[in-house]
Amino acid sequence: MIKLHSNKNIITSSSDAPLILKITKKYDLPKILRSKRALLVDSVTDINAYDGFDMVISRNKLDSKVHNVAYLSDDLNYLDEGDIVRVTPNSSDIRVLYRVNASANFLFVTERCNSFCIMCSQPPRDVNDGHLVEELIEAVSLIDIGERELGITGGEPTLLGDRFFALLQAIKSNLPTTSIHVLTNGRTFADPLLAKQISEIDHYDLMLGIPLYSDVSHIHDFVVQADGAFDETIRGILNLKRHSQKVEIRVVLHKQTYDRLPQLAEFIGRNLQFVDHVALMGLEITGFTRANLEELWIDPLEYMDKLSEAVEILARFKIHTSIYNLQRCLLPRHLWGIAVKSISDWKNKYYEECDNCAEKHNCGGFFASSDIKRSDNIAAIK
Amino acid sequence: MGLSNKFKDLESYSEVLSDGYQLLPFAFHKISPDKYIATNIVGEYLTVSRDTLKLLVNGTLLPSHPIYNDAKSKHFIMDRDSDTALDLLALKYRTKQHPISEFTGLHIFVVSLRCDYTCKYCQVSRKMEDVDKFDMSEETARKAVALAFESPSKSIKIEFQGGEPLLNFPIIKFIVSESLTLNIKENRVLQFVITSNLTFLSEEVLAFCKLHNIYISTSLDGPESIHNKNRPRPNKDGYQKTIDGIRAVQSELGKDRIAALMTTTSESLSNLEGIVDEYVQNDLHAIFLRPLSPYGFAIKTKQVEKYNVDKWSNFFKQGLEYIIKLNRAGYFLREQYTSIILTKILTPTDPKYVDLQSPSGIGISAVVYNYDGDVYASDEARMLKEMGDEKFKLGNVHTDDYIELFSSDILLDTLEESIAESAPMCSDCGLITYCGSDPVYHYATQGDVVGKKPLSFYCKKNTSIIEHIFELLEDPGSRKVLESWVL
Repeated sequence: MIKLHSNKNIITSSSDAPLILKITKKYDLPKILRSKRALLVDSVTDINAYDGFDMVISRNKLDSKVHNVAYLSDDLNYLDEGDIVRVTPNSSDIRVLYRVNASANFLFVTERCNSFCIMCSQPPRDVNDGHLVEELIEAVSLIDIGERELGITGGEPTLLGDRFFALLQAIKSNLPTTSIHVLTNGRTFADPLLAKQISEIDHYDLMLGIPLYSDVSHIHDFVVQADGAFDETIRGILNLKRHSQKVEIRVVLHKQTYDRLPQLAEFIGRNLQFVDHVALMGLEITGFTRANLEELWIDPLEYMDKLSEAVEILARFKIHTSIYNLQRCLLPRHLWGIAVKSISDWKNKYYEECDNCAEKHNCGGFFASSDIKRSDNIAAIK
Repeated sequence: MGLSNKFKDLESYSEVLSDGYQLLPFAFHKISPDKYIATNIVGEYLTVSRDTLKLLVNGTLLPSHPIYNDAKSKHFIMDRDSDTALDLLALKYRTKQHPISEFTGLHIFVVSLRCDYTCKYCQVSRKMEDVDKFDMSEETARKAVALAFESPSKSIKIEFQGGEPLLNFPIIKFIVSESLTLNIKENRVLQFVITSNLTFLSEEVLAFCKLHNIYISTSLDGPESIHNKNRPRPNKDGYQKTIDGIRAVQSELGKDRIAALMTTTSESLSNLEGIVDEYVQNDLHAIFLRPLSPYGFAIKTKQVEKYNVDKWSNFFKQGLEYIIKLNRAGYFLREQYTSIILTKILTPTDPKYVDLQSPSGIGISAVVYNYDGDVYASDEARMLKEMGDEKFKLGNVHTDDYIELFSSDILLDTLEESIAESAPMCSDCGLITYCGSDPVYHYATQGDVVGKKPLSFYCKKNTSIIEHIFELLEDPGSRKVLESWVL
């Protein structure tokens, strides 16, 4: 497992402002291309050779007092050619914004959110973090063409308004072949003008992943802790589909949502059959889930019949469905085919029981946070 | 215990529910002494007891009642917490009614009235084989094809019927060729079906069908004894010719290219399993259990009077039971009429079956071009004509243009009267969304396109079949089979 952030770096810099830098190991890079690049070296030696790079990042610390050098904390030792980081010199802080070798890259655009989900893995904060999206727009311009997909997440990305659309436009302009997957609660798209605006980006492969936790409004509103959210989300989905946007419905499975899962599947089939994908997702034990664990945790084995039924219903409506975050040993075999390895590599792990499992290589494994709580029924498949 | 104190509990998000709810349009139907089906205008349903139904209708169903969330989710009721129900109902209603906006997709060409069979239930009143004046001419065919392509429908299915259409194979080739030429510009989804007894299924016919992906539909009434009795051919070899034909199509064109259907005579009633087995034995995976229609020879020979609706329903139910048993034992066999109704019950769409639509599908789902150029609103309409009644004749391809034919008074008036939602006893029927109307049938049997439903075989038949399907859906084992039949 790897960390995407460390404030244990030693950074000497003439600037206090955060820098968005692309890592390179090519010390012979033509000078004209060295701006916004950080040269990654094992140790700082010939200072003159670094001329023109915005920063030198060294894996080893030397005593030399040179400017614009960051000595990497061990946590970030994995950084490699093409990765993009944000370096904040005065707080010794390096955050990894993009990794070439990541299984999935998500751009985290804001901490603000208009919902307050009881199982939120990324608890929202009402902060003024408008700089994040600007940094990401800059980062996008540094990513190599050819990246398969970029995720956009928050908080609620659409709260950024025009800057959200500017980010989408930046991705489209800089990375015309890259798919975009936005995680949004869809509520702002209840305004038809915003749905129209996103369609005008005219992206060839942009999917909006929108959570729907119940077939009835009061339960959904309770889960997201926002009155009226169900109606806004439904109208948002309808508006997006009116403008031919791709929509994925995301359902997190826990004690407050599993009971009406088949009814939710039926509701989706009857009312929203035109959605492009449904993801049924196991719970990540992080963020608010920890505070509310008693009210949220249920051993997946206990809801397996409901899950199975929901999958059957969605199949009957010919809706493309996947299961995320659930281990193969908990799933009946007929569901293995739609169980996806969905957990990002940097927080993905397996346990001792998995060592002798014949299905380990096909299994998505666990969130790192499963240390706190996981099914009692994990067992190697022979 | 409970959520951390930053959060509010479910009860506080449900408070507004105690203000009560509003009823959205629905009807109900008793299927057994204490079991009711409540259905809404988009085909969703709730199974409820009489007491629960009373609570629901009286506005006294409490949010804590186990059915409350289901009724809300399926848009039978709307509480103050959410106002998307009307948007979603409207969306679903548009989806269900969408086929109407497509207009006529099925174009039936009666290319010859001649036939080598002398079926005692023939609904058409066939002519002898050697009479050339009962064949469609090229001039008539050309005009009919042009009319078919005037339909706005994105998909056009051309079905060749008779008599025995293969007795006039040259005109079939002509029509296919004309259609394909027109379709270069029109770019519709074009499909051909030949409804044939397969006697004249030659190598040439098979090769032609293979080349143009033509589907074959045939009649198989059951084992040899029943088939030959129902469908006599002078040489008494009808059964064998049919089976040979089915095999040939299966091996030359593919298993999915042939479908068979059966007509139920009084002889069939006691031979149910044998009839179904005949389909299994011939590797057929769909069967259509059909009652006799009161047209043509079926009336002259008094065949239709030999069994009543109860006998028919029992036959159908037993048939269904046996077919489901075969499915559960691993042989996929779909009963077509049940499939159509199930699709109406279990999906947001409508399968667009002429006899189960409101307004009726006559003219607007299907239309018939007779061998002589006369245009009829449905297959049954031209059957009626062969009995001397031209009530549902829309015009003739040689004298009338598209607008004249499809806005003729007889079509528009009949369609208007065929809207079940405004017909006595249909308008408040709980099964209306799964049923439809059949103006030609009611005119033929009662002299009135609307008809008195208590006297209607159509009404009794559909009521009893739909009730039965709901009973089967309650049983998990049967339900699984039925779900696999959805179109």
